[in-house]
Amino acid sequence: MLEFMEGSHAVAEIVKRCRPQVISAYPITPQTHIVEDLAQMVANCEIDAEYITVESEFSALSACLGASAAGSRVYSATTSQGLALMFEVCFNAAGMRQPIVMTIANRSLGAPLSIWNDQQDSISLRDSGWLQFYAQDNQETVDLHMIAYKVCEDHDILLPAFVCFDGFILSHTYEPVSLPMQEEADAYLPAFNPYQRLDAAAPLSFGMYATPEYYTEFRYEINQAQYRAKEAFVRAGREFGEQFGRDYSGLVEGYRLDDADIALVAMGSICGTAKDAIDEMRAAGRKVGLLNIRVFRPFPGPEIADALKGVSKVAVLDKNISLGSGGAVGTEVKAALQGSGISVYDYIIALGGRDVRKRDIAAVVDLAEKGEGDMFYGLRTEVL
Amino acid sequence: MRELRIHGRGGQGSVTAAELIAYAAFEGGVFSQAFPAFGVERRGAPVQAFVRFSDEKIRLRSQVYEPDYIIVQDPTLIGDVDVFNGMTAGGIAIINTEKPDFDALVPEGVKIYAVDATTIALEELGVPITNTTLMGAFAAATGEIKLDALEHALRRRFSGSMADKNVRAAERAYNLVGGAV
Repeated sequence: MLEFMEGSHAVAEIVKRCRPQVISAYPITPQTHIVEDLAQMVANCEIDAEYITVESEFSALSACLGASAAGSRVYSATTSQGLALMFEVCFNAAGMRQPIVMTIANRSLGAPLSIWNDQQDSISLRDSGWLQFYAQDNQETVDLHMIAYKVCEDHDILLPAFVCFDGFILSHTYEPVSLPMQEEADAYLPAFNPYQRLDAAAPLSFGMYATPEYYTEFRYEINQAQYRAKEAFVRAGREFGEQFGRDYSGLVEGYRLDDADIALVAMGSICGTAKDAIDEMRAAGRKVGLLNIRVFRPFPGPEIADALKGVSKVAVLDKNISLGSGGAVGTEVKAALQGSGISVYDYIIALGGRDVRKRDIAAVVDLAEKGEGDMFYGLRTEVL
Repeated sequence: MRELRIHGRGGQGSVTAAELIAYAAFEGGVFSQAFPAFGVERRGAPVQAFVRFSDEKIRLRSQVYEPDYIIVQDPTLIGDVDVFNGMTAGGIAIINTEKPDFDALVPEGVKIYAVDATTIALEELGVPITNTTLMGAFAAATGEIKLDALEHALRRRFSGSMADKNVRAAERAYNLVGGAV
């Protein structure tokens, strides 16, 4: 049954149904209503969880890390500078193989100060070892949380995950979503079964130091777990579809790609606007399609190459910039398509909350058609 | 798909109006979407909020540039802000004013409903918060939402006498505009 609610509230509702045992977050700007709602749910005994209040995002994720190592299912949410402050703990959480799920309401990073949306925050942690899933709308945001716990807690994976949804554009938007009944959520996501945990009776250490004889092997193991997460996501996404009727068995999702000559590649809510723009371009006879990258970590390079094998040109919409290089998604898509003969053009777009209209999507397609790319789209040269 | 843009000032409840209108539309069986123009929120500063209505799932995420409908909560915005921007013939504008003196700015073919919502709000609520009054006017002028769905949305948001007062304010504007449609 569809219900009408704000994106942040929908996240709080699905997190409740995932039955976290420990929640810790730092509720100052930048934040969303998610942790406010969860704090209220805990206070009202709607969730049987410990809500740990802390003095910073660094402490919030540290509390989650400790609680996870002690054998609890844990949850946090953050965005922007808050995630930046968690940087060190993010690497530790992945290195200690703790299946923490954290919502990222994507926002830009300062300076200059900007409260608005882009995807710089989570993308900047692409090397941290966390799985990264990107939602197109609030229904996907809800669904990906359940899938994330399932994938992360798989004993073959044991990695943390970001569930990313665009700050404001999704987090503050009211739209219909379908939430599972608690019994349905329980049927999909059983109680947390930790692979190993801190126990005074059987002592273990997490986060020990590794000498040069061992460090490389630890990193290799994390990387292998990332690659195994592809199959785990496909499996969890398929099971989700079988139970709830919404299939997530693809690491990527194609839209009108079958006979496309030009393909847009994007992540997150911009895909919705792109699909509407593509329908208009298709109606005008232009063979344009879209590839939505749902899973950015692990990076689905071969899956992208397979999905795009029929096109001649690719236009990547990057809501981030790896300064001094280029858009992170574009760079990796180029690597995935190396040797394919497909021309890949990257467009830095929608930074710091700049709105994207259907006509902007069409303009990007025009640029790609002319072979003009690897550029900031819509740059206001008059203010430079 | 139809689109609504609400113009107001920070503190006038434009974002709440968008949410409640979209909720009432959803209750009426269509897909709807409500969101604010994300800005630095300050009391008194010009703000915008948006609603989309569609028979199909809504994918579009851009702001509203060519609205079918606008609501203007504060007539002093007209002139400061191009509230009619992007409107074309057939559009409907619901404007809170006691002195409609902006004819020169209205695009050709746009139907204006001037409602003295401030007076209604003062009489019914005791405060010049016009958002719920203008929702009633919007329901009557556009037919996008039914009055009973709007009442339900208001009672879901407000409780007790506050709900009754807001419903009465919305009904008064609904009847006032309904007589003019």
